[in-house]
Amino acid sequence: MSLPLSSASAAPAAGELRALQERIHVLQGRRNRQGSYPVLPCFSNLLPGGLRGGAAYSLETPLSVAMALLAGPSANGEWCGAAGIPDFGAEAAAGFGVALERFVLVPDPGPDWLPAVSALADVLPILLVRPGGRVSPGDAARLGSRLRERGGTLLVLGPWPQSEGSLRVRGSRWEGLGEGYGHLRRHEVELEVSQRGRARTATVDLAAPGSLGRGSLAPGSLGQGPPTPGSLGREPLDHRAPGGVRPALARIPS
Amino acid sequence: MSPETPSGIPRALVVWFPDWPLVAAQLAGEVPERVPAALLEKGLVSVCSAEARAAGVVRGLRVREAQSRCPELVAVHADPARDGREFEPVVAALETSLPGVQILRPGLCAVRARGAARYYGSEESAGGAALEAASRLGLEARAGIADSVFAAEQAARRAAELSPLLVVAGGESAAFLAGLPVTALGEPKLASLLVRLGLQTLGSLAELPPSDVRSRFGAEGLTAHARARGRDPRAIVPRVPPVPLERAADFEPGLDRVDQIAFALRPTAEAFVEGLRVQGLACTELRVHITDDAGQRSERTWGHPHHFGAGDVVDRVRWQLQSGGSTASSRGRGNRPGSAAAQSRTPWRTTGEALAAPVVQIRLSPDKVDLLGRRGQALFGGVDERLDHGLRRLQTMLGHGSVLHPVPGGGRLLAERSLLVPWGEDAPAGTAARAKRPWPGAVPEPLPATVFAELLPVQLLDDDAAPLRVGPRGDLAAPPAWFYPGPGAGRRAVRSWAGPWLLRQRWWDADESRHAERFQILDSENEAWLLLGEGGRWWAEARYD
Repeated sequence: MSLPLSSASAAPAAGELRALQERIHVLQGRRNRQGSYPVLPCFSNLLPGGLRGGAAYSLETPLSVAMALLAGPSANGEWCGAAGIPDFGAEAAAGFGVALERFVLVPDPGPDWLPAVSALADVLPILLVRPGGRVSPGDAARLGSRLRERGGTLLVLGPWPQSEGSLRVRGSRWEGLGEGYGHLRRHEVELEVSQRGRARTATVDLAAPGSLGRGSLAPGSLGQGPPTPGSLGREPLDHRAPGGVRPALARIPS
Repeated sequence: MSPETPSGIPRALVVWFPDWPLVAAQLAGEVPERVPAALLEKGLVSVCSAEARAAGVVRGLRVREAQSRCPELVAVHADPARDGREFEPVVAALETSLPGVQILRPGLCAVRARGAARYYGSEESAGGAALEAASRLGLEARAGIADSVFAAEQAARRAAELSPLLVVAGGESAAFLAGLPVTALGEPKLASLLVRLGLQTLGSLAELPPSDVRSRFGAEGLTAHARARGRDPRAIVPRVPPVPLERAADFEPGLDRVDQIAFALRPTAEAFVEGLRVQGLACTELRVHITDDAGQRSERTWGHPHHFGAGDVVDRVRWQLQSGGSTASSRGRGNRPGSAAAQSRTPWRTTGEALAAPVVQIRLSPDKVDLLGRRGQALFGGVDERLDHGLRRLQTMLGHGSVLHPVPGGGRLLAERSLLVPWGEDAPAGTAARAKRPWPGAVPEPLPATVFAELLPVQLLDDDAAPLRVGPRGDLAAPPAWFYPGPGAGRRAVRSWAGPWLLRQRWWDADESRHAERFQILDSENEAWLLLGEGGRWWAEARYD
């Protein structure tokens, strides 16, 4: 890849340079320690900075919201995983945009929950877990320090003692199913995020038709921050044809 | 005695093991020794033991007839693969005494006599060495030395039990063969024709001029003619002894703890990998045979995305031991969708737990190998090494089937549509092709997030609280009204529903046939479900959440 050297194009070049550096970090196995992982545009209002690396999020939401949250980082070339969810519908996750070729599933982490999850959190940037039972604050703190060290993000289905933010469902509505006809088409979920004392709400359609696919995923809409590592790395890493079946999560104005 | 025959073909030493198929069956443990036994081919006795012969069983008898003559007869079917397999160690033992062995067929092998005669001093002692090698294995053998392979084979067959070596002096092969019947050629059609023409012995065939033999009997007749004259055109082509890549570890006394076995196996695993490495090979598919002292065998194939190192081999053996007795049965299920998920649910033993019976032998054999040079780590692309290492460590902690990688599969049931493959293994062959097929009758998008790994029994009732019935053509007597999600759950009203969506497939296939109906329902708790009904019973296949 050649970089333009003339001063006229210095500003875009700087951005490109930064992106290239990020890409090098990814290839070298270093995580963006202070950085964050991008989320799909439908969550940009709820989580403007994306998912922060080194933090845990508590999700008291349906599994599909968690899948949609995984989709953003996964589309950016990150490896994702799910632990303790034996009924994880991988096909639905693929529909949300989770790249299955970079996905690991540990259906049953066993009776020793913490060591297995820690081992996974060491190697996977984004990990979705459903704890088997109540998690003690000590365990949570230990796992938290491990996360901060590695820069990974933990998404917990259920309550979590020291979470960076928590997502809650305030209401959900299905559409498309009648009395013996039709099929489920729309799933509108009203989500609330409380993060550092602030609460944001947005309504998300988790089953939007694929027509809004790629257009809404333009880099500009991925938050206001600098170009993400993925905006450069996405092309070679994404195996789907452009304009293909990228799912479709559109924001519904609330 | 000249080292070369008149025709310029080197003299041959042939070692013959009488009744080899039967001996092989005895070696394989399928026939007990010292009992009347017979091998069957197409319903006829092809080989029988001396005890059976004494009872009046002869070759070519029908099974029923043989059994009526000798009621305690043990009959097994002939198996050429078994004959060859059991002959392999015999040839290996012969090669230690006489190098350059050619296997003519299982039970019969030839060596060039010259080198052996020079080494042992005479042809007699060379033949003696061959017989000694056979007797060390406890096998009965006969040896013959003559000018051609055919003559030497006939000599070996004519050797008596008491003097199992027959040497036909150089140049006298034709005279030795002259008295033998034409059936010795081993070509029944030609032999029967020759007999009908009045040529009873090989000598009378050998006297005919070659040009007449060719014009009457063709190329086949000419070969027979040359053989009868003691000029078998076959040369001896010694086999290249295969380098043993298998390794076995024997435990005496047997070990019954997984950690002990893993520890004791380490040197064998290292020798196995090193043996392959010396050959420039890398094992990508490993077969592990485990034998315990109760005689139980467990056998399983393991794949590896790169190639097996010693630690990987030990891990696979440990997993096989830990997965309990189900390993032998899990072997054949690899091609069935969902089997990986099923395997992951087999109960795992912990490392310290004792096994059912002590293990006495573990054999490692490479099923698939590749050139080592082609199996290097890619510089770019491929899986991050640290990630791979971390996941493997987790696999060692939790068991092989616990770290899974979803692969899109084909099928109509949602659980079939994503195959869970243990980390490091490839998806079963044909998965990608199956996934690409259209699969009419698939569930419309959006797909449910929770797909139950095992169908969850539920109840779907109509207005009268009777189980919902769907007619053979998908007709409903009454719409669904009530729903119990799982055993012990409270009753919910069905708010809206769609269905039945008929699921009919492969009625001719007992394993995969399905005659079911699907319903999508939304219940009073605002939960959406995908239900599957078959024969009046209902299950939840998935939940939309």
